[in-house]
Amino acid sequence: MNRTKGDEEEYWNSSKFKAFTFDDEDDELSQLKESKRAVNSLRDFVDDDDEDDLERVSWTGEPVGSISWSIKETAGNSGSSHEREQLKNRNSFSTYAQLPKPASTYSLSSFFRGRTRPGSFQSLSDALSDTPAKSYAPELGRPKGEYRDYSNDWSPSDTVRRLRKGKVCSLERFRSLQDKIQLLEEAVSMHDGNVITAVLIFLKRTLSKEILFRELEVRQVALRHLIHFLKEIGDQKLLLDLFRFLDRTEELALSHYREHLNIQDPEKRKEFLKTCIGLPFSAEDSAHIQDHYTLLERQIIIEANDRHLELAGQTEVFRKHPRKASILNMPLVTTLFYSCFYHYTEAEGTFSSPVNLKKTFKIPDKQYVLTALAARAKLRAWHDVDALFTTKVLQEYVNLVEDVDTKLNLATKFKCHDVVIDTCRDLKDRQQLLAYRSKVDKGSAEEEKIDALLNSSQIRWKN
Amino acid sequence: MAFPHRPDAPELPDFSMLKRLARDQLIYLLEQLPGKKDLFIEADLMSPLDRIANVSILKQHEVDKLYKVENKPALSSSEQLCFLVRPRIKNMRYIASLVNADKMAGRTRKYKVIFSPQKFYACEMVLEEEGVYGDVSCDEWAFSLLPLDVDLLSMELPEFFRDYFLEGDQRWINTLAQALHLLSTLYGPFPNCYGIGRCAKMSYELWKRLEEEEDGETKGRRPEIGHIFLLDRDVDFVTALCSQVVYEGLVDDTFRIKCGSVDFGPEVTSSDKSLKVLLNAEDKVFNEIRNEHFSNVFGFLSQKARNLQAQYDRRRGMDIKQMKNFVSQELKGLKQEHRLLSLHIGACESIMKKKTKQDFQELIKTEHALLEGFNIRESTNYIEEHIDRQVSPIESLRLMCLLSITENGLIPKDYRSLKTQYLQSYGPEHLLTFFNLRRAGLLTEQAPGDTLTAVESKVSKLVTDKAAGKITDAFSSLAKRSNFRAISKKLNLIPRVDGEYDLKVPRDMAYVFSGAYVPLSCRIIEQVLERRGWQGLDEVVRLLNCSELAFTDMTKDDKASSESLRLILVVFLGGCTFSEISALRFLGREKGK
Repeated sequence: MNRTKGDEEEYWNSSKFKAFTFDDEDDELSQLKESKRAVNSLRDFVDDDDEDDLERVSWTGEPVGSISWSIKETAGNSGSSHEREQLKNRNSFSTYAQLPKPASTYSLSSFFRGRTRPGSFQSLSDALSDTPAKSYAPELGRPKGEYRDYSNDWSPSDTVRRLRKGKVCSLERFRSLQDKIQLLEEAVSMHDGNVITAVLIFLKRTLSKEILFRELEVRQVALRHLIHFLKEIGDQKLLLDLFRFLDRTEELALSHYREHLNIQDPEKRKEFLKTCIGLPFSAEDSAHIQDHYTLLERQIIIEANDRHLELAGQTEVFRKHPRKASILNMPLVTTLFYSCFYHYTEAEGTFSSPVNLKKTFKIPDKQYVLTALAARAKLRAWHDVDALFTTKVLQEYVNLVEDVDTKLNLATKFKCHDVVIDTCRDLKDRQQLLAYRSKVDKGSAEEEKIDALLNSSQIRWKN
Repeated sequence: MAFPHRPDAPELPDFSMLKRLARDQLIYLLEQLPGKKDLFIEADLMSPLDRIANVSILKQHEVDKLYKVENKPALSSSEQLCFLVRPRIKNMRYIASLVNADKMAGRTRKYKVIFSPQKFYACEMVLEEEGVYGDVSCDEWAFSLLPLDVDLLSMELPEFFRDYFLEGDQRWINTLAQALHLLSTLYGPFPNCYGIGRCAKMSYELWKRLEEEEDGETKGRRPEIGHIFLLDRDVDFVTALCSQVVYEGLVDDTFRIKCGSVDFGPEVTSSDKSLKVLLNAEDKVFNEIRNEHFSNVFGFLSQKARNLQAQYDRRRGMDIKQMKNFVSQELKGLKQEHRLLSLHIGACESIMKKKTKQDFQELIKTEHALLEGFNIRESTNYIEEHIDRQVSPIESLRLMCLLSITENGLIPKDYRSLKTQYLQSYGPEHLLTFFNLRRAGLLTEQAPGDTLTAVESKVSKLVTDKAAGKITDAFSSLAKRSNFRAISKKLNLIPRVDGEYDLKVPRDMAYVFSGAYVPLSCRIIEQVLERRGWQGLDEVVRLLNCSELAFTDMTKDDKASSESLRLILVVFLGGCTFSEISALRFLGREKGK
């Protein structure tokens, strides 16, 4: 980039960022004032034709001529022929066609340009056409010596002020740690997050991470900015190092866990989740992570199996109710619903059976019944709904019966297994419980409950 | 801020100037890339841009085709590409990949990035790292305030909340300070400034510094707006968490108002297409119902419909001359009104349908119970059922947050069980959501000390204060108690109601929540304006954890006319709800401000 001195002069004068000239007083504000004046004087010329967009609406509902509408048009026509495009332009932007072609000559912006060449009504674009009009924005930490650096003796506060105004400013002269920290503290005291981050980018590049971390640990505002910056640019490695250094174990673990969201392949995601299990989460969250892994593991198995079943076309429920979406990455309750829908009658031993899910993930009874009801009702499996309802509702009423014998009779009659079992237990009537075992389904939760009671050494049976 | 209903309402400043200013700046920037160019616009900027410019203006300045910035290779064949974007890292990566693809293909074009409202150094760093720095020129379009209505300005920066209140990134403070500076340049200095919250205080300080640096710009100007009030969103989360029941709020909760307009689907338009409708004071029907409690809206609309019918009916029995008059002068207006009326009736029906389906009454009852602090157990059960039934994930979170803030955090047992059920219902990855909510102080678990008696808790507070320095910053929100009950009592946020609260003739701001609750944010504003400062509110300020963060700055400026002193600009840092806007409009009407 060997620009001559003249070029450079021209550049800084033409660019919005006139960083190394000293006449930068006339910046945004005067521009603004000028613009306001210009606008006021032009009030009569400027046609406010964009206000009444209630009436002119395209088929998509976007006001015709609006920018959102036009973008949709471009997207829709991106493959079409040139002629059609032209036609379209003629049709929808007829106002444009009627305008005098060198639209910029008397455009509003010519008023701004008055700054550099007062009185001239040539447009800015014309003025720039014979100069290398490429404009460069300020850059952080560009190697010294690439161009003249006037900023050598700027104090931290001058430097921060220039940064705040979006001007180019070399930070290279802040070499001692003390200077760097002073610069950072000056930035923090101005409250401008953008400048704080700018200084941090410089510090990150010029300090070892141990020193950087150590200094930031006692400067919370700056630290938060660095953390957010690292998250945004996706420097996961440094972020994790930082959390490790700060001993923020929970954030460390969560940051790592967060990455699973970027992994689309279910197998890979599952493997990744496995690596999360040992991370330093709270005890409670550890259980959630474990469940997440187990759930996905199950879903992968169920998905493979069911896709196969569906394709084979032999299973009635899949034929009648084709699956709308894959079960992968769905929440547990949705998975339970799915399993109640497609695999309701399966024995507990299979991974896809509702009972198995209920047990593995310790789903509360209430949640289970609620979901099963919804699923079976959707299938119009009224028999199952009846059974679920009866147990649920009757159970509550039967439980209210005070006379124990009546209660037992009713409960047995209406198959309120839990009530029977609990009553027998309360009566310490082992024989009756044993007899009842034959009345419940093999392998059911009830049978298991009975077996657990029968084997319990805690209860002193009366018989 | 504006109160158009009062005949003696003060005249509002001409905010449309902001639009013209933004448009001119954009044109200026476009002309800096002379010749034909294709313009790539970030989705989030499209609606704001639509409000100040249109395609023909862009075309006049040699914009050829328009594209949306999305993660797809560009099909543009133009020699010059211009990008109009928010300063976000992902946009930089996208632009860099485009430039690099061109380079690989041996193609040279001109590229210009226009950042709105400002550029960030982090963005430039990415351009540098990707090796396209210098190939791309950068500019800023300081379009930071969009007038959405005669009395409403918006920065249109949804990320403000997350960036500051969750991540603690202060990048938008300068943007806000610049915007305030612009306002004082255009509409004169603000003689009276008030504020509460850390972000408000920092923004205020930076703003004042800018004014000093640009010395003399605003001095000697007549102030057009008498007061400015800056308020951090985290001073009052409660109001933002309540279901809205004024019409505009309901439209927002149901259909999402974005950038002052709403997409009404076929169920509202009673046709097969959606319609984008601008919602502002120019919509005469909307303007009359926007601030009304929903229960009044139906009656109003049907009365309106009857009147309209009567006016149409007048044409019967007209002679030709009268008819000619009618058609040329009245018919257009009537048709317009007819169209608007049928839209809003459609919207009402759709809202009703949705609300009945999800048992809105029960939801509102739960919210009111939480606000008043009774039947906590019942409310907790209601939330649990909400979660178990997989009703909207956002609504469930909203209720949990409301429970947490009104109760100074959830009891550990409830926190655990609700969280577990939430993860089971809506997905395990929401573990991250819970962590973020806790960090933002929106959903917390009561610390064991919280249930102690007053004396004990004072002691434990001393201890935690001491230990606070050691507690990592991420959890400082845990130490911050919301104290909602005490604040509510102090500021009388739950009005005592004898008999029915007449929503037709509201007597206080509580009407925006069916008479059950005065929005905390608006009450603070009301009190401070009444007292012309924070005198006598020390206890409230302390309870809000803002002891060092409430400020007043009054200049004795005799130039301020009594007219301008009646105008107040309230700035919500981190967003506000339509309920709050309605409440403030009500306050304005009441106080004649």
